[in-house]
Amino acid sequence: MKSSLIDQVGVEERVARFNTRSIKKQSKVEGLKIAISMIDLTTLEGKDTEGKVRQLCYKAQHLHVDMPGVPTAAAVCVYPTFVKLAKKELGNSGVKVASVATAFPSGQSTLAVKIADTKFAVESGADEVDMVISRGEFLSGNYNFVFDEISEIKAACGPARLKVILETGELATLDNVRRASEIAMRAGADFIKTSTGKIQPAATQPVTLVMLEAIRDYYYETGIMIGMKPAGGISTAKVALQYLVMVRETLGNAWLNNHWFRFGASSLANDILMQLAKESSGVYQGGDYFSKD
Amino acid sequence: MTTKTKSSAKPKLDFTSGWGYAPAPESSEHIKLEKRYGHFINGQFVKPSGGKYFPTINPSTEKQISEVALGDARDIDKAVKAARSAYEKVWKKMPGSERGKYLYRVARIIQERARELSVIESMDGGKSIRESRDIDIPLAAAHFFYYAGWADKLEYAFPNRKVEPVGVAGQIIPWNFPLLMAAWKIAPALACGNTVVLKPAETTPLTAMKLAEIFRDAGLPPGVVNIVNGDGRAGAALVNHPGIDKVAFTGSTDVGKIIQKAIAGTKKKATLELGGKAANIIFEDAAIDQAVEGIINGIFFNQGHVCCAGSRLFVQESVADLVIRKLKDRMQTLIVGDPMDKNTDIGAINSKEQLEKINDYLKIGVEEGAEMWQSGCAIPKNGYYCRPTIFLHVSQSHRIVQEEIFGPVLAIQTFRTVDEVIEKANNTPFGLSAGVWTDKGSKIFNLTNKLRAGVIWANTYNKFDPTSPFGGYKESGFGREGGLHGLMPYVNLK
Amino acid sequence: MARIEILKTYKLYIGGQFPRTESGRYYTLLDKKNKVIADICLGSRKDFRNAVVAARAAFGAWSGRTAYNRAQILYRIAEMLETRKAQFIVELIQQGSTKINAEKEVALAVDRLVYYAGWCDKFQQIFSSVNPVASSHFNFSVPEPTGVVAVVAPQDSSLIGLVSIIAPIIAGGNVCIALASEKMPLCSITFAEVLATSDLAAGVVNILTGKTSELISHMSSHMDVNAVVYAGKDQKEILLIKENATLNVKRVFVYQNDWNKTESQNPYFIFDAQEIKTTWHPIESIGVGGAKY
Repeated sequence: MKSSLIDQVGVEERVARFNTRSIKKQSKVEGLKIAISMIDLTTLEGKDTEGKVRQLCYKAQHLHVDMPGVPTAAAVCVYPTFVKLAKKELGNSGVKVASVATAFPSGQSTLAVKIADTKFAVESGADEVDMVISRGEFLSGNYNFVFDEISEIKAACGPARLKVILETGELATLDNVRRASEIAMRAGADFIKTSTGKIQPAATQPVTLVMLEAIRDYYYETGIMIGMKPAGGISTAKVALQYLVMVRETLGNAWLNNHWFRFGASSLANDILMQLAKESSGVYQGGDYFSKD
Repeated sequence: MTTKTKSSAKPKLDFTSGWGYAPAPESSEHIKLEKRYGHFINGQFVKPSGGKYFPTINPSTEKQISEVALGDARDIDKAVKAARSAYEKVWKKMPGSERGKYLYRVARIIQERARELSVIESMDGGKSIRESRDIDIPLAAAHFFYYAGWADKLEYAFPNRKVEPVGVAGQIIPWNFPLLMAAWKIAPALACGNTVVLKPAETTPLTAMKLAEIFRDAGLPPGVVNIVNGDGRAGAALVNHPGIDKVAFTGSTDVGKIIQKAIAGTKKKATLELGGKAANIIFEDAAIDQAVEGIINGIFFNQGHVCCAGSRLFVQESVADLVIRKLKDRMQTLIVGDPMDKNTDIGAINSKEQLEKINDYLKIGVEEGAEMWQSGCAIPKNGYYCRPTIFLHVSQSHRIVQEEIFGPVLAIQTFRTVDEVIEKANNTPFGLSAGVWTDKGSKIFNLTNKLRAGVIWANTYNKFDPTSPFGGYKESGFGREGGLHGLMPYVNLK
Repeated sequence: MARIEILKTYKLYIGGQFPRTESGRYYTLLDKKNKVIADICLGSRKDFRNAVVAARAAFGAWSGRTAYNRAQILYRIAEMLETRKAQFIVELIQQGSTKINAEKEVALAVDRLVYYAGWCDKFQQIFSSVNPVASSHFNFSVPEPTGVVAVVAPQDSSLIGLVSIIAPIIAGGNVCIALASEKMPLCSITFAEVLATSDLAAGVVNILTGKTSELISHMSSHMDVNAVVYAGKDQKEILLIKENATLNVKRVFVYQNDWNKTESQNPYFIFDAQEIKTTWHPIESIGVGGAKY
């Protein structure tokens, strides 16, 4: 498969230019509200408990009770075993349940296990499935393997939307990020996602830009919109706005909503809330006034 | 909601509706400008001999910012005499290490006053504050810093030669990078032990006056740098003054030729940095998205008021549709407007005269049968503005392909083979710069060898650095500015 | 009975051929005793034009040769000159030189060619630079030949002046059209015979004889000539050349050296007919110590 080439220095220069955009006043408030509505609140730890998931679900629906008009988070992202619980907690709030699957985070298992993992999540009520690609196979050049695996998982997803995690921190180059993006989109991804959050670096702006450009080129070619989810490492309102600028100037406004763009982040919400509170009150905020779940 | 949306029409991206950027104007409250500026001669701000002044206009508002002296031959004569005296009595005798210290001081003060200088540069010249803040002013400081270090190391630059200064340098600079061009000219001249008479451009004199204040505040000995404001008549008086030993000019090829002729009967040395019509060449095996960004930087940087602008685009046929589509989408995101707004990509055209010239070329392009396309952005009602413009279906014989427009106007041609594109790229009297975009290293070196131009940007465009020599082949002039080679015009080798 | 000597017909040297002037004109060269030495072609503007066409056609290949190859060819010219020394000594004496001076001049001309042969693959290293720019780019500057150079050889020298000027020009990869000394033209055409047997490609050096006053205005105004070297002191001629040069911004170099001195040979003569080309290319920074994705 022919894949577009990427020049790293050029990508970084472009990112630097996005970051010179100055987002102030009303456009800052609007942008922050859009950003907060795009957050997938996430807990993906070995020590996760029902109590933790319940708290997260509550938080997703009530990000900050003191502030009227704050949207809910886009989704709660959990392991398959907590999907049923999360679904119940979120009810008809509109907040989606996303579940990681396919032997997350390493992806080191058989296809049969991955399909079973996926089906279990979907049958438990997951609206969205976040799968990982087999990075070892990708780096070995077995692109067909990666493609076929994604197709199989997509088939197992049924109505659930499939997010394909490239784990860009393991892909080494931007050329690989681009190639993996194209494989994922052509194999049936509804979303492409940077990272599991378990590998450093997680989402970066250059990686995200390369993926956004892959999405744009796929759209040029097919007319099909694909969603984008940078995950991990985005923790401040300022950086979130820089990501929105990238989306706006690469894909345009059709992508500037939580159907097509998500942030995989946990601590981002509070920083955005603090910024929103500052914009409305004029006073800089402290962490103790915002709930940590 | 369906997860996939398929439309029958050609998929189109929307860059206009929805979330946008509020105005983010840079404050101009902290800057200090006089109502009127004279000349800077022998360390003093002095009134013009003829007592005449002319207004300097903010091209984004068409309002007067200040007025500056209209210099004449008498002012030039005073300035040259001051420069000569400073050269003989002070500067020539000063050890290089001490000259260097003054230049270091100047570099530091420019950095300290960077914000003020950026704001004035954008007010007076119309360029976006993003560019004056991130490019012009930091680079100007960097030039002084770089050449400061050369002042006591000149004997290492020219093997087996004794280095002597030339004497008094007469320097004439353009309006597209006012402070930066002053730095390009003054820093190497002073480092090599010469003294200077500088004439700033008529439409952008203000940062030169601020630079004069910096020289004064740095304690630079009187007369080492003299700045005389005025129009072409002052420039001509400077070039023709028998007391100068060297002419350095950046500007149009037409004026460059006049200067070359004017000094033909003299022993004056010259460097000329003149016009250009650079080819920017995109091969099918390029990193296309970065190449598109390179096209944008190539032609829309500084409103296209750049002698090395990539104003002729050559795209390999197999990727032409894709590149043009991406280019148009990228152009839709360019913000044209108030130079002082931090989000402005393309500021105001420098002068009414220049805007008229650009608009004339737009007409010519259409009349010649080329297909014109402009981005759909809004532009302010007042001030001199031009939307980013591309011309498709142009050919080598079109005037918009042959002549330097000096505005945000790109002429696009396609090509099939390497041979063809080299021939077309070189088929111009100019030879200042060129761009090449391909992922294939051997192809890059083939192209960089064969393109007859002084600066080749491979997989990048419009990059500048004080260590990097800049200057043209053919009618784009001669001599280099920047780097080790930039010393050569300011020394006599014995 | 003494053998009747075969007299040589002196012709022009254009594009590797020895044509007579297209104008059919000539002037007669006399020795000190007003005895006819030879008829010399009175080259015309059209001859010059033909020479420019030949030179331009040769430029690409000559400048594209390896420096090592150019060095060998210059050395070959020296070899050819060495083997024909006697002929040049005779001609110099015919034109008024003493035997000792003539021998010296020819020897010096050979040595000068050897000197510049040695520079062919070295001057680039002296005059190039790698520039440490403050961004992630590799940046270097190298000298490249200016192109077609028109040479007005010194009047007071038949051989050493011409050789001293031509050698650095072609060592640097340029091509040239030289106008021989009007007063002492013999050696120039004989030198052309040396060039023609020295592996030097046709058109790299072209030699005309004729009147300086007639030809310099064409030499300095021709739009396909990139530089003019004038060896002499006539202020009117210098002014004319410099003024005409502005038509296409020609580089003009006026030399007033004593070519018999060793100071009159140095790499800065090569540098005169060179342009500095600076090339930029991004440097990727992925990997140890650099950016990670």
